[in-house]
Amino acid sequence: MIELILADRCTECGACVEVCPTNVIARAVAGPPLLARVEDCQTCFLCELYCRADAIYVAPDCDRRVAITPEQAVASGRLGQYRKHSGWDEWAGQYPNEQWLMETVFRRAGEAARPAEADDKRTT
Amino acid sequence: MHSSADGPSGVTVTVIVSDASSLALSLTADVLVIGGGMAGAWAAVSAARAGARVILADKGYCGTSGVTAAAGPGHWWVPPHAREQAVAQRVAAGLGLGEAAWMHAIIEETWRSLPTLAGRYAFGIDDEGRTNYRAVRGPEYMRALRAFARDHGVTILDHSPVLELLARSDGSIGGARGLRRQDGDRVYQIAAGATVLAAGGTSFLSHLLGSRTNTGDGYLMAAEAGADLSGMEFTAAYTIAPAHSTMTRSMAYSFATYYDSDGRELDLPFGPQQTMGLAKALQAGPVFCSLHRLPDDIKARLHTISPNVPLVFDRWGIDPFGDRFEVTLHNDGTIRGLGGVRVDDVDGRTAVPGLFVAGDNASREKVAGAISGGGNVNSAWALTSGIRAGQAAAQLARAVGGSAATLTPLGQAGLRPKVRTRALDIDAIRAGVRDEMHPFEKVLFRKESTLAASQRALDGLWREIADHAAGDLLRSRETAALVASARWSVATARQRTESRGLHHRIDHPQLDPQLAVRLLSSGFDRIVVTAEGQRASAASRALEAAS
Repeated sequence: MIELILADRCTECGACVEVCPTNVIARAVAGPPLLARVEDCQTCFLCELYCRADAIYVAPDCDRRVAITPEQAVASGRLGQYRKHSGWDEWAGQYPNEQWLMETVFRRAGEAARPAEADDKRTT
Repeated sequence: MHSSADGPSGVTVTVIVSDASSLALSLTADVLVIGGGMAGAWAAVSAARAGARVILADKGYCGTSGVTAAAGPGHWWVPPHAREQAVAQRVAAGLGLGEAAWMHAIIEETWRSLPTLAGRYAFGIDDEGRTNYRAVRGPEYMRALRAFARDHGVTILDHSPVLELLARSDGSIGGARGLRRQDGDRVYQIAAGATVLAAGGTSFLSHLLGSRTNTGDGYLMAAEAGADLSGMEFTAAYTIAPAHSTMTRSMAYSFATYYDSDGRELDLPFGPQQTMGLAKALQAGPVFCSLHRLPDDIKARLHTISPNVPLVFDRWGIDPFGDRFEVTLHNDGTIRGLGGVRVDDVDGRTAVPGLFVAGDNASREKVAGAISGGGNVNSAWALTSGIRAGQAAAQLARAVGGSAATLTPLGQAGLRPKVRTRALDIDAIRAGVRDEMHPFEKVLFRKESTLAASQRALDGLWREIADHAAGDLLRSRETAALVASARWSVATARQRTESRGLHHRIDHPQLDPQLAVRLLSSGFDRIVVTAEGQRASAASRALEAAS
């Protein structure tokens, strides 16, 4: 679930408020947006993808809250990781979209599993 | 009181004061699309391209809402020379519930239409330099579809969940009503010539990635309008994820090795029986996983194939290629399952005039058969049914014209209590739905006694909701849809006294040739299940005789 919007980084652009599919984040009268309905967070990480300031930290935990400080989030080096590896914004061209490899992986797995089934034992 | 229009492409926006003296927003369109996932976005583009003024209303944000946005859908992508064989294989695998003509239609529409997104979506170039249209990344795909829709003049209402359909005096559907969540829950109403329901399926609130808002709203709304459902028994699909995470992206697990809590390797080879084996292992205790067998070239590229998959491991400090991490299975419900509103044509037309249904909101039995359409087939269906429904809705809207009609709201459970409003523990009701629709022993290994107990439990939840719920309209309405969908599913599963495709009965482990037929469900307080093509009374007898 979303755990942090880092005030030091947030530019108050409002993108996260707009794109959150479960309406977790609310505009504040002043300052960074508020985590108004964290219990509705579906842990999809899409707010991070749309945050150009890399100011959001979503913990992978979908069924429990996690205590993390802004300092720990910065020190983790994971802020902005999703956006970077997706090649969005300033990362365009540096990280290619290789989603097309998905079918190849399933095909190779099927080929690897077939002889194993014939032998009735696992390949390792 | 009237205020100015803010919608593009000539959509009329009027602010009216309702009797309750709360400000309501009243809009008109030729075509209203409910739901902004893959099917809804394609429907909106297609209707607009056919000349219609289109409004798309999404519960969240068109671009991030729904199960496509957070995942990476493949499409059923088959070149012309290979189609006869591909369809024949699918028809056979579908165990009597698929239709070859429907399969050909979605392959052809996908082949023709998916490449039209080029320019907005950067299709991948494979290692041989060929464009790959088949597999797309969810966030980029839905961002592209949103841009495509806007470029075609579609008015998008984000954070505007539809609560109910509106009927004209002849019973045809003339629009919908909902809430603007980021505008103080202001009520809005849209009068439309034709309506496309593309509100998704439901995972019954599992942690399937991106499915939180998919609460079966479209099933409930269609049923209230008089449509029936088909294939609701096919919900026994599950997808693997690291325990406590939503990351139901299964590609890397095709090379997984599994262990029990004593570190013993489990015999769970990759293949169609793997989910069943994993479920049995999880019933016995925690299951751990290692991805060390994933080929090195794929390990090195995992973050550029599926950038969200490593997020979970990296943030937990897990090396998925060396460490063993705990895994779980999340239920896919009707999303990677099959059930939904019965549709009579690839264009998603329903038995209700003016109402079209697309994507997971519709039954996918005719394109997938009795096995999961997850991934390829469901995506091709969402695209095709969206495009065709958009075209058909635009055509119907032209015929209906812009005549003003009196519109009657159709919403019942969760909006208009039958008895009296009473404070309900909505969280407990939602947990009750999960309790009946997720456990392996109730869904994957079905038998009459557990199904009957589920039915009783869900009937109790339904009475609570239908008789008393109001208050937080969105939440109570979602919960009503969840309970209704669960009840149709369980009632149909009880009648399918055999094992076929995704539906397993441990008390009826074989195929029953008499049941090579799609099962329809309808009704609220009393649910009626019939075999397609049979009259209700005769079908009930047939089903009783078969059980």
